[in-house]
Parts: sequence; C-alpha cells; structure tokens
Amino acid sequence: MIEWLKKMLGTQPSSNTAKERLRLVLMTDHLALAPEIIENMKRDLVDVISRYVEVDRQKVEIDFEREDRALAMMASIPIIAVNRPGGGTPADEAEPTPAAEAPPAAQATASPSVAATPTAGDPAKRKRRKKPSANPATAH
Amino acid sequence: MSGRRIVITSGKGGVGKTTTTANLGAALAKRGARVILVDADIGLRNLDLVLGLEKRIVFDVVEVAEGRCQLRQALIKDKRFESLSILPAAQTRDKDAITEQQFAAIVEQAAEQADFVLIDCPAGIEAGFRNAIAGAQEAIVVTTPEVSAIRDADRVVGKLNEKKIPIRLIVNRLRPAMVRSGDMLSVDDVCEILSVELLGIVPDDEEIIDTTNRGEPIVLDESAKLRTIYDKIARRMEGEVVAFTNFDAQGLFGRLFGALKAG
Repeated sequence: MIEWLKKMLGTQPSSNTAKERLRLVLMTDHLALAPEIIENMKRDLVDVISRYVEVDRQKVEIDFEREDRALAMMASIPIIAVNRPGGGTPADEAEPTPAAEAPPAAQATASPSVAATPTAGDPAKRKRRKKPSANPATAH
Repeated sequence: MSGRRIVITSGKGGVGKTTTTANLGAALAKRGARVILVDADIGLRNLDLVLGLEKRIVFDVVEVAEGRCQLRQALIKDKRFESLSILPAAQTRDKDAITEQQFAAIVEQAAEQADFVLIDCPAGIEAGFRNAIAGAQEAIVVTTPEVSAIRDADRVVGKLNEKKIPIRLIVNRLRPAMVRSGDMLSVDDVCEILSVELLGIVPDDEEIIDTTNRGEPIVLDESAKLRTIYDKIARRMEGEVVAFTNFDAQGLFGRLFGALKAG
C-alpha cells in the first residue's frame, strides 16, 4: 500500500513531463536559432566582469547545458589579472573592487540559470540551481 | 474591397491543416462569406479530395502562374455552397515550379473576388512554406497537443514572427478525457508554450474521418458535433467574440452523449 502510494506520488502525469521537456527543448531551439543573442550576452557579461578583473576576451566561452529540469549557462572567462585592493581597477572604472578578494584562479565559472520564457522555472527550481559561485549575470 | 488572405500552417505534417482549411472554408461559406481555398501543397494535392472535388479539376495553380489559363478558369466552384471555390495545387510538379512572387500575385488576385482566401500550406518550412506565406496577411497555426507538433509549430511561429504576420492558434484533436487525467497537454499549456492567441479548439472525433472519407464538409452534417465547433471558429474569424467551449468540465461528455442519443 505504501509502495503504491509512493509510486502514485512519485510519478507525475505525463502531460507535466511533456510541458517541461517542451519548455527546455524550445529554449535550446531558440538559442540555437539566435546566435546573436549569445554573442551580445557574451559581450555584456565580459563588460561587467571587466569592471572588476582583467579578463582574456579572446578566450571567453559560453555553453549551454541541459540538466534534468533546467537549462544552465556555463561561462568560462579566463582572468588575466586581479588588482590589489585600492589599487584601481584594470578597466579604469571608478568602481569599488570587491572581486579583488577573490582567489587568483585562472578561470571563473559562473552558471546562472537561464529563464528564456517569463513563466520558466518555479521558485523551487531556481533555488536548486543556486550555486556557491558568484552569478555575474542573470539572463532573462 | 480586397478579402483577407490567411495561411493555414503547422510545420509538422498530419496535424490536420487540410481538413481544417476545408472545413473552415465551408463554415465561412455557409455563413455567406465568399471564400477561395488555395492548395499550396504542390505535388501533394489533397484539398480537392477532402472536399470531394477531385473529379472536377481542369487547371491548377502552377498553370495559372505560367499564364496558361486565367485564375477564374482554374477555380472550381463547390456546388454545395454558392460562394466557395478552390484553386487546386499541381499534382505532377515540384514545389519550385512556382515562385513566391507568382504565388503572392495569385493570392492577391483571388482576394479581389473573395472575402476570405485561405491558403492550405504544405508541411515543412522550406520552399512550399515560403510560397504559401508569401501572399498571406494573417496566419492560423494548427497543432495537436503533442510534443512533436508543438515543437514544429513553435518553429513556424518564429518564421511567421520574422515576417510580422499575426498568428492565431487552433488546437486540433484534443482529447478532453486525457487532459482531465493529466495524460495530455491542455489547451492552456499549448497556448502558454507557444505564446499565441487562441482561435479554436477542435476535439478529436471519429466523425471527421467519416465525413472526409465521403468528401463532405462537416458543417453540412446537421448531426455532427464538430459542426458547431467549426462554425464557432468561423465566427471568431469574422470578428465575433465567441466563448470557447470548456473541455475541462466533466459535463461535456455527458452532453455529447446526450446529443448522440437524441440524434
């Protein structure tokens, strides 16, 4: 009886599965069909990060990974230099540099979840996607 | 005044474009509108067959494009409706036998003598699709509540958006009982996924197979349940505000069975 109940609760109706699968596949389709979106996002992302650390623009890579229930953006942005605190920013920006305290890793991998449709993802999913790494940008 | 030029498209094949075109055309004609149906599926002609007009074809759309005959010579008048006629596709030619410009010109010419020109688009998003949408001002996207049909419909919606053609959606072959049990995507789900305005909901029904077998539009079958469905869609196309049938409600099947017993 308990097994049966578990089974009943564990398996969601196939229409829900269909909806989730479609939402994911359409997000992937839309991204694949609009390479300029990815290029623009890459540029903006690098612009923001460059305010804090010096990055190698030529080697920036952006990938999209499909996970169980979400589409994740993986950005690989090689950092060339991190200035000392109070020593001015590499991009000559008059902004404070909180990122200067970051460990001098060669690469920073950020994975903000991408919500391509306004309705995509419930709060539970967003929470699940939260990672300890900094989210420099969240694309909508 | 020139009539409205509407393409009926889906991306995926077999979701009911031709059946929808034929029955909406008949429903509009029954309401008194002048309707011309254009079969854009060059090489895979079927609209004539669905409407039972296959024996009367003399000329086709490619011959009109090539100037071998006048448009009015190629139009086949449906004897059951005063104001319905079809322009058949060529059966023995390829999709590239006609250009987008030629197709658009023919559709515009047809619109001069009709209130509605409905273009039955071939499946796919290649040359045949481009021809079919070339002369269209509006689009009706037909889909079924299935993942493959919806994904393809989404592709077509993207293409139509690029051309700035306004779109409305018909969800075809809905099975209300399956929606209620959670085994089929609901109309709301489909509309939400595709972000397209809803024009009509057509439940899955065996009677459409029967009427299509006979080459008879369903609006002529007084006992047909789907008759009112197509009539409602036709009225919405004319601009009337018609409430959507609530297929989520449990009572519907009871009502349908009641009607069946009564008829």
